[in-house]
Amino acid sequence: MSSLKRRLVLILLAATGVIWLCATGWIYASSRSELEHVLDTRLQEAARMVHSLVAGGNIAAAAAVAQAANPPESGYERQLSCQIWSLDGRLVAKSGGAPEEALAGPAEGFSERMVNGEPWRVYTILDPDKGVRVMVGDRIGLRDRLVRDLVAGLLAPMILVVPLLGLLIWISVGRGLKPLHVVAGDIAARDGEDMRPVAPAAAPAEIRPLLEAINGLFAKVEAARRQERDVTAFAAHELRTPLAGLKTQAQIALAAHDAPTREGALRQILVSVDRTTRLVRQLLALAKLEGTPSPSLEAVGETEAGALLREIVRQTAKPGSAHVEVDDALDAVKLKGDHEALHLMLRNLHENAVEHMAGGGTIAWRQCAGGLCVEDEGPGIPEDELPLVTRRFYRGRSRSGAGSGLGLTIATMAAARAGARLTLENRRDRDGLRASVVWPRGAA
Amino acid sequence: MRILVVEDDPVLMDGLKVGLGLAGATVDEATTCADAWEALAAGRFDAVVLDVMLPDGSGLDLLAGLRARGNATPVLLLTALDEAPDRVRGLDGGADDYLGKPFDLDELNARVRAIARRGHGRAGPLLKAGALVLDPATLAATLDGQPIALSRREFAVLSALMERPGVIRSRMEIEERLYGWQEEVESNAVEVHIHNLRAKVGRETIETVRGLGYRVRGPA
Repeated sequence: MSSLKRRLVLILLAATGVIWLCATGWIYASSRSELEHVLDTRLQEAARMVHSLVAGGNIAAAAAVAQAANPPESGYERQLSCQIWSLDGRLVAKSGGAPEEALAGPAEGFSERMVNGEPWRVYTILDPDKGVRVMVGDRIGLRDRLVRDLVAGLLAPMILVVPLLGLLIWISVGRGLKPLHVVAGDIAARDGEDMRPVAPAAAPAEIRPLLEAINGLFAKVEAARRQERDVTAFAAHELRTPLAGLKTQAQIALAAHDAPTREGALRQILVSVDRTTRLVRQLLALAKLEGTPSPSLEAVGETEAGALLREIVRQTAKPGSAHVEVDDALDAVKLKGDHEALHLMLRNLHENAVEHMAGGGTIAWRQCAGGLCVEDEGPGIPEDELPLVTRRFYRGRSRSGAGSGLGLTIATMAAARAGARLTLENRRDRDGLRASVVWPRGAA
Repeated sequence: MRILVVEDDPVLMDGLKVGLGLAGATVDEATTCADAWEALAAGRFDAVVLDVMLPDGSGLDLLAGLRARGNATPVLLLTALDEAPDRVRGLDGGADDYLGKPFDLDELNARVRAIARRGHGRAGPLLKAGALVLDPATLAATLDGQPIALSRREFAVLSALMERPGVIRSRMEIEERLYGWQEEVESNAVEVHIHNLRAKVGRETIETVRGLGYRVRGPA
């Protein structure tokens, strides 16, 4: 699990650490060069001081000065060493603790040399008039120690402060992230039914888009659930009436003393089972249309309208039902869209037409501008009910009783899925309904 | 008993018609509120079995309209909406009883008999006149404790007369009890049934009031 808080604390600590390290490196480098300069100057001055005494002829005093160059209580004992050599290579005098060996070569000025396994830095003054060479040097190891101690003095408090700083960052980040915790707590404390929006007004600007997205999702989930509840309630309700009919007829069949009554009841049971089966099939089709995302138009093939219609007519044909004409021109029409949706749409339109043609007549499927249409010779739909008939379970005032009230709902939804639009209108030339399916971007 | 059934599902309607008929009732059908209004205006019913969700409106509105016009016909609501709040709304809206779908046919018959009985102002389940006793629940008749065999129609004629002992029932009223509004009425059927009944239950039990109709003498 990645914690935002841990990330922030680590990033802040790392950034602070890097800055500190850089600063320390810089201080180390600049202190060192400054120190070298100061110490070199001191070497030079000490050499000149000893030389001026030598030049004054007081070699013994010079030796004493060289001796005193090291105060014994200093932490950096015997820092400076002094040697006075005659030009013929004889050691005239030296400070206490200075090595017997020459600290430097014959050349004048600064030089470095290993003496007794230790590196030294030495300043040499050559005085040919007096016949002496004055050398003052100090150990480079001591210089390094000085710089190290200086940097350590700087670093020690820093190392002590790091945990404190970490703690401070941890607490501050925690406080900074508090609004997030409040929102998270609010959402976590909800039960599964609570779809109220999370209040974005009180939240900081940075998480407001996130909250708005969450609220949008809540709204969508809530709408889907309400829809589901409605459909379930409707379905349960719609199934109760046929169940009541079945039970009543079954009780009649059991109680009837005469064969015709019993037979009549059993026939009614068959009729009711057929209708209920259709209702269940329609409910499943509806649930499927609503539950699955529509496929993209590129992903689906083409369906030949004529062949599909003839197949549907064959499947739904019953003895005594209306005469059906399928225009041959439809054989050349290729319909785009999900094959299953097309099948559902055409089948439901066809069944709707058949249902309203109990009195016989002709159902005609034709090619229309931008799509296809079906005309029946039934009673049509009262104009004021036309906008209502595609609603779920709406059956109309003059319902035949056999319909599920879902056929036109399914046809409309399936049409939308196939990228088409369904229009219902009463025929002008005679009684009957005309249902047109039009593809705005062309059917074929 | 003459009952109006208002229901739009054809299979259930058929079942109610046959089922109530088997229990001795004459059933008139209405599939819409408009049909129901027409039937209620044309005839008198002992009870109405009313579906709530009808194609052209709500049965509850029909019921409210009925009560607003002072029609006291007992009404049993028969509906798929049978949650407690629905039942409360129905009963407070003027219904006498409430039954959720699916239901038991025997229970429906018993409930219809009960509300019809109350509608006639009776509490006891049996119809009595002198030594003659009718049981509407079993369609059985006894005279002095001895069972007598009556046809369904004879039972209907006799119970119509015995529901209000001492009250004269016209031939028309008795015909209404025998035939639904779509059935063809045989011209002298009532006379034939009365004649046969007198042979079975005794000539003096059913009195002819010339020019008005028939009556069964009250217990007094």
